[in-house]
Amino acid sequence: MNPSMLMSVVVSVPEGGEPSFSIAKMMAIIVSAVFINNFVLSRFLGICPFLGVSKQLDSAVGMGAAVVFVMVLATLGSWLIYYNMLVPSGLEYLRTITFIIIIASLVQLVELVLQKFSPALYDALGIYLPLITTNCAILGVAVLNIDDKFSLGYSLINSVGAGIGFTLALVLMAGLRERMETANVPAALKGLPIAFLIAGAMSIAFLGFAGLGG
Amino acid sequence: MSLAQNFSRGIVKDNPIFKQVLGMCPFLAVTTSVENALGMGAAATFVLVFSNFLVSLFRKVIPSKVRIPSYIVIIATFVTLVDLLMNAYLPALHQSLGIFIPLIVVNCIILGRAEGFANKNKVLPSVLDGIGMGLGFTLAMVVMATFREILGNGSWLGFNLLGESYQNQPLLIAILAPGAFIIMAFILGFFNIMEKRKRGGVK
Repeated sequence: MNPSMLMSVVVSVPEGGEPSFSIAKMMAIIVSAVFINNFVLSRFLGICPFLGVSKQLDSAVGMGAAVVFVMVLATLGSWLIYYNMLVPSGLEYLRTITFIIIIASLVQLVELVLQKFSPALYDALGIYLPLITTNCAILGVAVLNIDDKFSLGYSLINSVGAGIGFTLALVLMAGLRERMETANVPAALKGLPIAFLIAGAMSIAFLGFAGLGG
Repeated sequence: MSLAQNFSRGIVKDNPIFKQVLGMCPFLAVTTSVENALGMGAAATFVLVFSNFLVSLFRKVIPSKVRIPSYIVIIATFVTLVDLLMNAYLPALHQSLGIFIPLIVVNCIILGRAEGFANKNKVLPSVLDGIGMGLGFTLAMVVMATFREILGNGSWLGFNLLGESYQNQPLLIAILAPGAFIIMAFILGFFNIMEKRKRGGVK
């Protein structure tokens, strides 16, 4: 098989998907993933780390970076395997099992590689990596890319956007919660309830982006 | 611990949603109507019971080093089963739960019970624990969906409760994304107060 043929198999457009690649569509996907359909505040994906790792700004940034990184790799791996192995053999129903195995092994692999080749990055992201396997945003973006019939390019752009959207929500939340430490909160709402109220207020703000998509 | 306690613990005392705050993603996302809440609850309970059953059955066979990947594969198998069954027999519900059916795989309640209970206990207590936790999850979702559907649509399980005039101008935000966060905040606040009362610390 010559390289160009291989290329056409690997990045073939899914049936029913849009064949051409346009900058306008690309921008629409990014704006939609970051703002309009923000993964955390409007799709409710990745709520656990959103509530768990948003107490300090530093750790929020670290977690966000780790999620973007794994999300892009997971999208690449799951897209290629879905369209080049599962679809040709008619095994689409194995999607869920395949994707979760891809994600779990990818997280392990990333952890090992980082530990060996980039100890500094490993120190920064290391503790967040095991948490990512059960982060539903990762599996969510992999499944959504297939459901929306995105081509590989659009899928990667969508996953970058989703990761940025997650990081944005997480960092905003961490900033607000740091301030909340010193605020006078009613006794009944201390802890998680006030965090949910803040998330609700942020979610209202993000509803304002709904008109952007057109 | 008696078998009855295994069963009842998950429903109120250790309710996975209100007491342990696990499994938030599907909880916030699909509680826009009571029907969706019941469907999601049934799907999650099914997966929970069977994964607890298998994990408990094989607890002496699975080496502890690879136990988490093994649990995930067991859980993913039953999720695929639910996904296919729902698609075949309840296509409308399948459509409205959408992406949250495959995402049952990463629901922390299910992995949490496999790791925290089923791999240390016999088969019967594990199955009862699965049923209890599943019912607790369903109950919590129905409570939340009751608030959201009545406020946001004026109905309960599809029955019109508040009349035409309310349905023309409902409190729409309750079934939009922010409503989920805000109503959950007040429910958790209510449990905070109850907890304090029980300890006699409320002023």
